[in-house]
Amino acid sequence: MTDLARSEARAFLERPAGLPRPCRVVAAIPENYRTRTIVLDTALEARPGQFCMLWLPGLDEKPFSVQSAAPAAFTIAAVGPFSRAVHRLAAGDRIWLRGPFGRPFRRTGRDHLLVGGGYGVAPMLFLAREARARGERVRAVVGAREARDLLLADALREAGAELWLTTEDGSAGLPGRVTDAIAPMLAEDPPDSLYACGPHPMLAALARLAAARGLPAQLSWEAYMRCGIGICGSCEQEGMLLCTDGPVLDQPASV
Amino acid sequence: MSQAAVDLSVEIAGLRLPNPLVLASGILGTHASLMVRCARAGAGAITAKSAGPVPRGGHVNPSCVDFGGGLLNAIGLANPGAEAEVALLAETRAQLAELGVPLIASIFADTVDNFARVAEHISRAAPDLIEVNISCPNVGSEFGEPFAGQPESAAAVTAAVKAATGIPVIVKLAPNVPSIARIARAVVEAGADALCAINTMPGMLIDAESGLPVLQNRSGGLSGPALKPIALNAVYQIARVVQVPIIGTGGVSTGQDAIEMLSAGASAVGIGSAVYADGPDAFGRIAREMREWLVAHGLTLAQVRGRAHRQAKWPEAATPAPVPHAPAAETAPPATPRAGAAS
Repeated sequence: MTDLARSEARAFLERPAGLPRPCRVVAAIPENYRTRTIVLDTALEARPGQFCMLWLPGLDEKPFSVQSAAPAAFTIAAVGPFSRAVHRLAAGDRIWLRGPFGRPFRRTGRDHLLVGGGYGVAPMLFLAREARARGERVRAVVGAREARDLLLADALREAGAELWLTTEDGSAGLPGRVTDAIAPMLAEDPPDSLYACGPHPMLAALARLAAARGLPAQLSWEAYMRCGIGICGSCEQEGMLLCTDGPVLDQPASV
Repeated sequence: MSQAAVDLSVEIAGLRLPNPLVLASGILGTHASLMVRCARAGAGAITAKSAGPVPRGGHVNPSCVDFGGGLLNAIGLANPGAEAEVALLAETRAQLAELGVPLIASIFADTVDNFARVAEHISRAAPDLIEVNISCPNVGSEFGEPFAGQPESAAAVTAAVKAATGIPVIVKLAPNVPSIARIARAVVEAGADALCAINTMPGMLIDAESGLPVLQNRSGGLSGPALKPIALNAVYQIARVVQVPIIGTGGVSTGQDAIEMLSAGASAVGIGSAVYADGPDAFGRIAREMREWLVAHGLTLAQVRGRAHRQAKWPEAATPAPVPHAPAAETAPPATPRAGAAS
């Protein structure tokens, strides 16, 4: 990590994490057959790539990427008991939140390539909006297994991103994986920097692609986080703590 | 004396630590990479996360929160079990040895026999020291409570572990007992080579809106700045009655905190929640602050240790003179110092 990045990360970490605070759901918006965005009646001092812990008292608390800071919004796939309970929340219902935590994406250059796989699209929408608000170029590649799994494509287009879709079964956009869409882009019109969030194999493939091209890359890794504040060690990845050193790590990662 | 020349090395149970700062059990002790990172960042010894007889998944979240005065956690002794722990410890020890930083294994169990069994098992990894965690507050009456709470049970675990291993044994004590000195004396008589005081203090946080405890486990262990006065008192009380080294643990987050802990009688200082504020860099910072403090005060570590136990001595002239009886005191200007008050 560079000194600048370190001091930036420190500035975020020094903010008190605090206790969970109750919020109300303002809207629960269906995104696809198993994914919803919940919008809360609060604003966060959050940056793209950071995450919050969402808590339903008596049930569980889980980390989610911030999709929007003001108002706070989280895009959540129903994959387990907790996320299914979140899906049952309606406007006016309460959910508790603490954070934001973790190291965010830092935009480098003015021509950005954003890649979101599966529900890893949520932080990329936040990043796309931030970059577009400053008049920077954003190309976004959204990948999914099949058409019905695609997420937030319209929102990215509305944010002003040039959009590519890929599906593994070819049911929408380019058939194949995100790397298939990106390889020609990197050869013909390379961006200043690559940013991605999604499944580990996708991130590993992107890391290799970026390294081969000498392209700076920031990848956001998912992990089960227990404490979320850098002490329990459960989210270790190659000597890094994904909750505080990450979830966004520079490629190649360095301690 | 230059700061670089300040010797911070200490000895615990015949083992030399490059400095007194010990990574406390339960903090980043889950992976060799993280323990090595703490050593490189300046830790003088590393304690692995406590391992028990069988794997445990730990508690559901929230399991650790910052309440302002420190942390409250109920991670719940999540661990891979003694079997997997042996490989982790062996790998970690090999890497730490290159850095000259000792490895402390930490064990817990549900019965005296199982403590002995885990100790025997873990000894195959040849850790430099074994910490016996008889005091985790986060597993209810299932573990811990009965052992650290009574001198007899604490001594029984200690004796069983000592019989099961040739590696020096540290016993980690609980703060929530009527007399920690009695427990300390009992485990030292049973063979403990060193003590670690203290574990976290049981605590609870309640979310007023939901009316429910914040931790899913309901109660948890309190650590960080709020724990420091309790830890200082415990170390002070223990140091009065035993001769073995004490790893003073609880709320140390600055070099001055560490100096205070040594003054109370500790030989080394556990660092846990400070890692939350600073990451592993906490070790380098606290060691640097200790050196700065020692240089500024012209003292060595040996001179600091146990300093709080000496009798206060004041020169005759500095003794405040008796305050003369002054019937008009109520009308006197409040800023007038009383005789001798400033000396």
